[in-house]
Amino acid sequence: MLGLLALVAGGMVLLIVWYLFSNALPVIEAGRLAAFFTDSLWQPRSQRDPQFGVVSMLVASFLVTLLAVALALPVGLAGAVFHRFYAPPVLERWNRRMLELLIGVPSVVFGFWGLMVIVPLIVRLAPHTSGQSLLAASIVLGLMILPIIALTSQAALQAVPPAQLQAAAGLGMGRARTIWSVALPAAKGGIGAGVLLALARAIGETMAVVLVCGNIPQIPKSLFDGIRPVTSTIALEMGYATASHKALLFCAALILVLFTALLVGWLSFRKVESDPGTGGA
Amino acid sequence: MAAFAFTACGKKESGDVVVLTGASTIAPIIVDVAKRYEEAHPGVRIEVQTGGTSRGIADTLSGVADLGMASRVLTDEEAEKLTAYRIAADGVCVVLHKDNPINDLSKQQLIDIYTKKETNWSAFGGPDATIVVANKADGRSTLEVFLGFVGLDKADVKADVVVGENLHVINSVVSNPNTIGYVSIGTAATEAQGGTPIKLIATDGIAATTENVASGTFPITRPLTIIEDAETSPAAKAFLDHLKSAEINDIIEKHFFVPVN
Amino acid sequence: MTPPTPRARPVAPVWLDRALAFAGATAALLSFGLFAWLVWDLARLGLPRISWTFLTGEIEDAGRSGGIGPLLVSTLLILVCCLALVIPLGTGCALWLSEFVRRGSLAARLVTGGVDLLASVPSIVFGLFGMVFFGQTLKMGFSILSGGLTLACMILPILVRTTLSALEALPADLRPASAGLGLTRTTSIVKLLLPAALPGIVVGITLGIGRALSETAALIFTSGYSIRWPSSFWDSGRALSVHIYDLTLNVPQSGAMASSTALVLLALILVVNSAAVALSEHWLRRRHQTS
Repeated sequence: MLGLLALVAGGMVLLIVWYLFSNALPVIEAGRLAAFFTDSLWQPRSQRDPQFGVVSMLVASFLVTLLAVALALPVGLAGAVFHRFYAPPVLERWNRRMLELLIGVPSVVFGFWGLMVIVPLIVRLAPHTSGQSLLAASIVLGLMILPIIALTSQAALQAVPPAQLQAAAGLGMGRARTIWSVALPAAKGGIGAGVLLALARAIGETMAVVLVCGNIPQIPKSLFDGIRPVTSTIALEMGYATASHKALLFCAALILVLFTALLVGWLSFRKVESDPGTGGA
Repeated sequence: MAAFAFTACGKKESGDVVVLTGASTIAPIIVDVAKRYEEAHPGVRIEVQTGGTSRGIADTLSGVADLGMASRVLTDEEAEKLTAYRIAADGVCVVLHKDNPINDLSKQQLIDIYTKKETNWSAFGGPDATIVVANKADGRSTLEVFLGFVGLDKADVKADVVVGENLHVINSVVSNPNTIGYVSIGTAATEAQGGTPIKLIATDGIAATTENVASGTFPITRPLTIIEDAETSPAAKAFLDHLKSAEINDIIEKHFFVPVN
Repeated sequence: MTPPTPRARPVAPVWLDRALAFAGATAALLSFGLFAWLVWDLARLGLPRISWTFLTGEIEDAGRSGGIGPLLVSTLLILVCCLALVIPLGTGCALWLSEFVRRGSLAARLVTGGVDLLASVPSIVFGLFGMVFFGQTLKMGFSILSGGLTLACMILPILVRTTLSALEALPADLRPASAGLGLTRTTSIVKLLLPAALPGIVVGITLGIGRALSETAALIFTSGYSIRWPSSFWDSGRALSVHIYDLTLNVPQSGAMASSTALVLLALILVVNSAAVALSEHWLRRRHQTS
């Protein structure tokens, strides 16, 4: 019975991949899949020179995700350590309420706020750019995944058995050393799972990024260059695509999901390798 | 609550339901029209869904929707199976920040800006600042009519920002005063009147106003249309006739578009 | 002052502790500051418009005036559909992974991998998929049901992952102990493991609720755009987040209404999350009293 539920849960993604695949089929059948990796530009509807290069968009998707995690992880983790070990419990409780609320802010609100607040600040830093850039998208996305990382880290730190912490204190390790050598290693698995969730959320995010990333399909040379992640392209073009253009967009989505599968597979494989069977059954 | 649970099991109650899907520009108008129509025609339900012009086209063809809303001209292939009826017209105008001193740009100047032949506002008597070019995303009707007017292929345009929705263009101009973009006149006029720091720029000396769109003197326009396929239900036909009539003109004007019927 | 201990023991440097506290406090303050900034911007524009008529009234003039009453109801109904599917499915899947298969076995890895991958599917793809699968294949059309089920697929990974961590964090000796007491596996799961893991599961549910209520792209194509009062789960109903999206990007001069709606959405999340936490605490207390 439970096995059936697990099968449904685990198999859902296959259904979605199949759906993407069947919609992308016209492109694959026409033998145009290679063009996705060899073309350098994305101009699917140009009459004169149609090109379907998806590489720059994949790079953009992963780059912006990586930067967002790099921004959110230190802040989220340090905040979680503070609330678990230094702050009074009341503050910790309120902080958790706040983070849960922050998760519920619609992505378009983040995007719009980023466009009206973050982008002008970036324009002041780099006056010859549009301001809608890799940097802006990373900041907005980092802010969006911050609560996920903070909450899961906090839960993971909370789950470290108090006996372990007391033992470390008994050895005279002091608070900082206890956190560093006992609590964080013990919570590593939970924090990792949170980062994985945040990573996945960032790669799949659409509405927030599209408003601040500039949507220029190019491989960025600086933080101030515009980028266009795959999801932005789908959001921008799907609603107005003709049948053949639509198949191209489904194909781009399929490629993104498959590349993410490789990344997630690699990450969770490494996780299983590195901590074999702590706790649980 | 019990009654609620009961209808929840019973699937939709029968009656005349007309489903429209399509362009997000047109949907808010039809929602307003539908509200009034339902009051005048008890028993008829009008369901309006958005998702973009091509969703409207696909849904009308597949029968998911009775009618579609399209803000671009149909392709030849699409036009074989569908008929489009104009219910309103919309102009596409260039917008700049209110602080930008430029008030008029010619077609040639727009070409120079959008192909990056000129990259500084000082070339047109503006401040010494880099021009930030905002272009629309592939497939948007505003992109197609604008490129049609200036006579450029998508591949010729060198943009700094690519955006989808009209309000995204306007807010890009607000957040970076050196930006140039083009949007629906209806949207831009509403925002400018409401105090957003943007201005509508004259093109080839013709002011960007709904009056000039109505009189046909403004050079860049697009149709807002309702599309149907060969199998339209009587209830949908009746609603389509209502949309094609002058009875909805006040609602169209309230949304800052130009009535055509 | 404690007297110095005679035995030499590794003394942790105080500066390290101070530095860690400082870094932590800065990070906490930074995240609080950013959040406060965002909410302040929303409140400044949106708070003056919020009133009883705003909460109960119908949308007027494409959302530039009137209220959001029908949307509040639709949003809650979408959430009910979503939770009704995702809670049993997610908890069941996590239980199976933690109690019925060996960790690291092929079956467990495939299911976790599938769930992790599901988390990274773009939300707009969920929307397109939901429209075809629930809307057309399962004939639900544009409906609250179709939207709720699509959301359930989307937040499933959050629930599975958090429930799984909660179950795995339980003391390892709980299971042999319950077997020693002669409890069957089912009894041990229902009476021991689930209650012990409940706080963790509730964290997952609150995360999921936030994610579901904030979602736009997955709902535009499934539960749809209708602003009518919903009369059943089969009706199309616009969610608050979809309305905020429409106002922000599609309806000129409606920024204040978008902010007001966003504030109501945040308040709604606060209420629903507090209810979830209170409910679980109440339930746990009752169990302690009866047993």
